Amino acid sequence: MAKKGAATNLLFQGSDWNFETLSRTYDAIETVALEDLGLDVYPNQLEIISSEQMLDAYSSVGMPLMYQHWSFGKRFVFEDNLYRKGRRGLAYELVINSNPCITYLMEENTMAMQALVTAHAAFGHNHFFKNNYLFRQWTDASAILSYMEFAKKYITKCEERYGTTAVEAILDSAHALMDQGVFRYRRPPRLSSEKERERMRERLEYEEQTYSDLWRTLPQASESSDPDALERDVSERKKALNLPEENLLYFLEKTSLILEPWQREILRIVRVIAQYFYPQRQTKVMNEGCATFVHYTIMNTLFDQGRITEGSILEMLQSHTNVVFQPSFDDPRFPGINPYALGFAMMQDIERICVDPTGEDRDWFPEIAGSGNWRETLLDAWANHRDESFILQYLSPALIRKFRLFLLSDEADEKYCEVASIHNERGYEAIRTALARSYDIGANQPDIQVMDVDLLGDRHLRLQHNVKSGILLDEASRDATLRHVRHLWGYEVSLAGVEAETGDTLYECSTAEIEE
Amino acid sequence: MPNFIDRRLNPKDKSLGNRQRFLKRAREELKRAIKEQVKSGKIADVDTDHNVSMPARGVSEPTFQPAGNSGERQYVLPGNREFAAGDRLPKRSSGGGATGAGAGTGQSEDEFQFVLSREEVLDLFFEDLELPDMVKLNLKESVAFKRRRAGFAATGSPTNINVGRTMRNSYGRRIALHRPGRKEVEALAEEIARLEAMPKSGEKHQQRLDELRQTLDKLERRRRRIPYVDPVDIRFNRFEPQPLPNASAVMFCLMDVSASMGEREKDLAKRFFVLLHLFLKRRYDRIDIVFIRHTDEAGEVDENTFFYSKQSGGTIVSTALEEMLRVIRERYPAREWNIYAAQASDGENISGDSERCASLLHDELMRLCQYYAYVEIIDERETEIFGTTDNGTSLWRAYRTVDGEWPNFQMTRIAKPADIYPVFRKLFGKQPAVQVRK
Repeated sequence: MAKKGAATNLLFQGSDWNFETLSRTYDAIETVALEDLGLDVYPNQLEIISSEQMLDAYSSVGMPLMYQHWSFGKRFVFEDNLYRKGRRGLAYELVINSNPCITYLMEENTMAMQALVTAHAAFGHNHFFKNNYLFRQWTDASAILSYMEFAKKYITKCEERYGTTAVEAILDSAHALMDQGVFRYRRPPRLSSEKERERMRERLEYEEQTYSDLWRTLPQASESSDPDALERDVSERKKALNLPEENLLYFLEKTSLILEPWQREILRIVRVIAQYFYPQRQTKVMNEGCATFVHYTIMNTLFDQGRITEGSILEMLQSHTNVVFQPSFDDPRFPGINPYALGFAMMQDIERICVDPTGEDRDWFPEIAGSGNWRETLLDAWANHRDESFILQYLSPALIRKFRLFLLSDEADEKYCEVASIHNERGYEAIRTALARSYDIGANQPDIQVMDVDLLGDRHLRLQHNVKSGILLDEASRDATLRHVRHLWGYEVSLAGVEAETGDTLYECSTAEIEE
Repeated sequence: MPNFIDRRLNPKDKSLGNRQRFLKRAREELKRAIKEQVKSGKIADVDTDHNVSMPARGVSEPTFQPAGNSGERQYVLPGNREFAAGDRLPKRSSGGGATGAGAGTGQSEDEFQFVLSREEVLDLFFEDLELPDMVKLNLKESVAFKRRRAGFAATGSPTNINVGRTMRNSYGRRIALHRPGRKEVEALAEEIARLEAMPKSGEKHQQRLDELRQTLDKLERRRRRIPYVDPVDIRFNRFEPQPLPNASAVMFCLMDVSASMGEREKDLAKRFFVLLHLFLKRRYDRIDIVFIRHTDEAGEVDENTFFYSKQSGGTIVSTALEEMLRVIRERYPAREWNIYAAQASDGENISGDSERCASLLHDELMRLCQYYAYVEIIDERETEIFGTTDNGTSLWRAYRTVDGEWPNFQMTRIAKPADIYPVFRKLFGKQPAVQVRK
């Protein structure tokens, strides 16, 4: 009898799962997540998929709906090769920032793993998506799925109408500029697919109605040769075009003279997708750290309540340990800093500082040390930071020592690297700042802007690369990418590398010089 | 309560379209790469799986990338043990901070490798070439079948009834359903007849007779209800069509191995044979290869001997042709085999024999062969002299006469590996569509 009583308290036993245990476990996890941790999540939709479907999802950048392009096929063949050779396992889950939040669970997972990934994805990631300021401001979770549906249909329709090759050429060029297709500072407008379609239809109709062949016959304005007036013209047209512009795709979409309406729409679709993923790229450490911390906390709570068997919690812990493993820099397995490891360690560290601070912590974190209120501190951090600011704010000396972090500075011209700082009193600040900077996408990605173009003259598009710390562009890929810009622009394109601090021009190249 | 959806039954190949697009794109690139490879002459390796690293041109996705070899960078790395601030570490020659945090992602895709199976390589390799003269291959697409016994079936045509199996089934069923046997019924009928024949009929006698009649009647009815052979008993012989390897070819490799054929000549000849073999392999299920080497006498040998052993002596080409004729008569009747022949030589022959070779071809061999290719391996310096003219060795001149008469005879000169592939193009490309059909 006693045994039976214990068994009813358990959520599941053994490794097999079915929808009943999944649902029972979900409810238990939800209770802990909402009541204990105080998470706030989108409604969940959990989908069970097979490994093939997981591979499919991988290759289409994790979206359930995606237009077709060969590069996704390439990714698929690549992942498929690795998976079949056994060199890489598949993820246990995949989660999409949408409302309702869609989580894919692999059918091969054991019940313990299903519980773990439910807590991880359906609550950890989900909470982060819903509450982090970047996602709130820059993405629209409720519209993305219908937008993707629109995008997929639209591109299929274009392929039918204009041929796969033509559409592929535009997509190739647009993909090359995806990194330069986001607004970093200006907020993009919200989108809704119904409005989107309406707008597109209206634009086409308007163009059809207002087309008049007579416009071509209007006489040209006479040229003025006054240098002052010329300069004034330049600054005026820059103003009119809203230059300089960092979002190359946006600029090309709006300004390029050779693009057809459907080609502009495709650029827009690629741009919207790039913008949608931009917050995710800025919050890798936090997002994974948040999810890992949440699953770890919830699973331990459930175990303490006696609702999970010892075998299951051991299985979860083993998997958890694999995920947060951080090899040293000289380890052959070292791939860089593991965002799961860093994020999880930082969040545990915050909990420790709140509950059980040392004197050092009190010096470094006077606001939170010893407050005891780690739940609120974490919720606040999750909501209001991205990786860069989070590390700058919360990386503690204790953690720097634990990871034994050190700072290596590397100048291209020197024959050696220098250890600039190590984990000691003098090094903490420098290491923390440098680590935070390495997660600042804005600082690490090449900063390329549209500077000038004379639409009425030779239509030469001038781009400028603001070179920081002397880091130039890889020439082969630079030239190839410039060719793509030229393809979208239709006229000559040139790129000048300008040292950001001194204003010296470091290099110049133009599509006229690059041989095809 | 969350919304659970079981997607496992959804169609799997969601990215099939993407994959096809990728392969199509890669195909064009790969074809170009393989054409280049062939030109530089690595034909001997063609016949295997190929690990083609993806030509970066068409399938790379360029973006603006920071160059690794410029500027100042700072890396934060975990796991410090002995370093103190100010320590200097020598850079590895392959770019200093190879451990950079962002270095992992961009590069892996550049090293993208693509494994092509042998078939895929050859498909790319041969794509716009056609084999000559598939005269016997109106069989080409339609494979012939032979019917073979393959067990029993419950349906079929009456001619295929398998009596033994049918009767066995019938017997089993009759036992199981207790069908009265013939002897049993006959015994009963006899008994009745005997009783009827008895003159005196008492009450008891009559009763017994009625009983017996009733039993007999019952038995008869039972026999009628349970037939001797029921449709369910019937079994038919089942036949299965089996493809026949009727599209089989034999390839004769003829080579002069006298001293004048050096390593270079043999190597070229080998590549030529390999390529011909590849062509044939694509068309025929089964290919035999016969190696015939000759000096002043000819013999059939195995492949190794053919290419690697040396023999001294003069050169009489006709001996090889006679040997080939003998082998054909003995083992490869032209009705059943598609006969291909490839002859490699440096063109030397004993005087007077070339004419005999030509007449052998005229009178006998060309009737039997699908295709006969003659390559003359010449010195590179000679290409300019002989490249276009009809001048040349006596064998060449004699073969010219054959060339004129038989469309399935081809001859050409090669001097270096890169010549071989164009030769094949010429040999197989120039075949007119209409061919002798006898």
